[in-house]
Amino acid sequence: MLDDLSRYLGSESTRQLIVDQLVQHVELALLPLVVGVALAIPLGWLAQRHPLLRTSLLGVANVVYTVPSLAFFVVIPGVIGTQILAPVNVIAALSVYTAALLVRPVVDALDAVPGHVIAAATAMGYRPLRRFLAVELPLAVPVLTAGVRVASVSNISLASVGALLGIGGLGALFTSGFQTSYLPPIIVGIVLVLALALVVDLVLVGLRRLLTPWARAGGAR
Amino acid sequence: MKRAWVVLAVLASVVVAGCGGDPTKGGGGGGSGPLAIGSADFAESELLMELYAGAVRSTGAQVQTRPRIGSREVLVRALQDGSLAVVPEYAGNLLNYFDKDATAAKSDEVYAQLQQKVPSGLQVLEKSAAEDKDVLVVSKETAERQGLRSMADLGPKCGDLVLGAAGEWRGRWEARIKQLYGCVFKEIRTTDPAGPVTVEALRSGQVQVANLFTTASAIGVNGFVELADPKQMYPAQNVVPLVRQSALDDRGRQAVNRVSAALTTEKLSAMVRRIEVDKATVADVASGFLKENGF
Amino acid sequence: MTLSWLFDPAHWSGTDGIPVRLLQHLRYTLVAALAATAVAVPLGLFVGHTGRGGVLVVGGSNAMRALPTLGLVTFLFLVLGSGEVSALVALTVLAVPPVLAGTYAGIQDTDAGVVDAARGMGMTGWQRLWRVELPNALPLLLGGVRNAVLQVVATTAVAAYVGLGGLGRFLLDGLRAFDYPKMVAGAVLVAALAMVLDLLLALLQRAVVPRGLRLAARGRGRGPARVVERGRTEVAADAAMREGTE
Repeated sequence: MLDDLSRYLGSESTRQLIVDQLVQHVELALLPLVVGVALAIPLGWLAQRHPLLRTSLLGVANVVYTVPSLAFFVVIPGVIGTQILAPVNVIAALSVYTAALLVRPVVDALDAVPGHVIAAATAMGYRPLRRFLAVELPLAVPVLTAGVRVASVSNISLASVGALLGIGGLGALFTSGFQTSYLPPIIVGIVLVLALALVVDLVLVGLRRLLTPWARAGGAR
Repeated sequence: MKRAWVVLAVLASVVVAGCGGDPTKGGGGGGSGPLAIGSADFAESELLMELYAGAVRSTGAQVQTRPRIGSREVLVRALQDGSLAVVPEYAGNLLNYFDKDATAAKSDEVYAQLQQKVPSGLQVLEKSAAEDKDVLVVSKETAERQGLRSMADLGPKCGDLVLGAAGEWRGRWEARIKQLYGCVFKEIRTTDPAGPVTVEALRSGQVQVANLFTTASAIGVNGFVELADPKQMYPAQNVVPLVRQSALDDRGRQAVNRVSAALTTEKLSAMVRRIEVDKATVADVASGFLKENGF
Repeated sequence: MTLSWLFDPAHWSGTDGIPVRLLQHLRYTLVAALAATAVAVPLGLFVGHTGRGGVLVVGGSNAMRALPTLGLVTFLFLVLGSGEVSALVALTVLAVPPVLAGTYAGIQDTDAGVVDAARGMGMTGWQRLWRVELPNALPLLLGGVRNAVLQVVATTAVAAYVGLGGLGRFLLDGLRAFDYPKMVAGAVLVAALAMVLDLLLALLQRAVVPRGLRLAARGRGRGPARVVERGRTEVAADAAMREGTE
């Protein structure tokens, strides 16, 4: 097995291919993370302020999350009119998943901001938008990153399903290994997906520390 | 407040960085951007894609490959919507796809009809002598026990047999095989395009008949018996590049035609065997062939 | 277009008909979910009750969540051969982490005072597990099962790639034939199946909240729905567990 692996990785063109696919995988999996966060924050903000919106948004988010990924990827070009092979289909689908996953934690986090903190900020003359950006959002960062971490793991794993529709990324290693009954590409693909998930997770933890200095200053969380 | 700006700045910078590589640029080759050459989801198609890609690259053009996209149905759609510029095809099946009633079976007839039937916006370049046909195969035991040598022998016995084939087989051939050989299978089980699922299904007896390709190395490896096709249900299947019109310049066209001229069925199956059996990388096998032929 | 495909009687019969595919999908889902529950619940109970190996279980099940389903399915197909068995093993493997995490979190979540009281009443370890911890853990445990079932329904569709039956066939075959209505019908059916199963499990989850918890929750001003909801939000449970292990 190890022989097979080293022979497989021995080819220059193979290594180049793997790097290309890794890069594309990062794009397919992480871009939706950014888009999803950018969608979830305003949606969560709205939902937290309007009870009716809250119920409906959270309901929709729950439903969206039950739609299987393959089904989603397949339907998207018909809905938004993109080319059938465009990576944007996978990116759009994963963005929607990410947003659906994050809306609830955003709402919960905003709920958890103590009333006296908001009152203090208001008393200091903060207008609602500024108060949201300067006070409520930063306080929501720990919960938000926890959600983003879950979403990143799931995106990185789901992006490989795009290979079934001819949209590259590391999933292409699975289909190519499968079609020639050859394990090394599949093993390399699985290992890289797991490694990517781990690295991204560490980066997110680092990012959270960076954005919540008060948690460190306090010593204990 | 500072904190908020940090949050926003991080978000904004990631968004900007992410948008740098515009994901929607599939690259059709219509305008600038690289020329996209795609393949169906089996090894031989991917090999042909690499051959075309290498040849076109040798003219100095920018090329992007899109391997294992799916079936003909998807590939043609992708050519038409501009996602792809070139895909490797097989004359007979392609003709059948554009014209369900086509009856041509001989190589030259098929190609001549194909040139007329290709919808506007697309065109086929020169056909190669290399051929890779669909073929129904059975295990050696089934062949002996049922006395099967050709699809004519198969016809009356289909009612007891399960066929394993790719998802599109039913739509393409179910009616034809009934009409020509009176064959109505007990069941048509969807496997994959002549890949490991099909081979495994036949080997384990889940299906008794399987649709493979004549160049498939699994036929020799497993001692499967190919059933003759006396009424030529499966037409001649010369390898032929299907391109989006005006996607290739003259030099690109010539380069692809040179690949077609250099290919033979023997060379093609030898290369497929190297990929499927020896597990050589598609790109390496392709570049070896291109070097030998002076690209 | 999709509606007419769905209601075409021709698509409701035969080996490639909707009922057959639906039953196949349901069967794979049930087999994998039951197998995963049989493995994960005892393990989760053991770890939760004894407190041994908690970090390993949580870390391991998080890492497994990153396993790409397509990679696992193709890998097992090549290693084990024959589509159905390998696909079922893959589905089971992917269903274990959520159930394990739910069971473990449920046991951990049991009020320490309640467990102490049970000990004070002279209950043995087994009695505490069966009569106190397990009933308390049930809502979160079932939350894990719900997540597992969603995962399996989705992955079964992907496993059609290695020749598995089920509703995924409509998706992949429809894609191969570029039969858009068939593809969308497949997507709708898979999503509908996922939602119906999720709803049924949600009702079950609501029904198993122990009466004691219900009363206690009311006393603290939290309805039983809230108790259940906590089992549902994967994120919250996950975040809590991760925070605990970091």
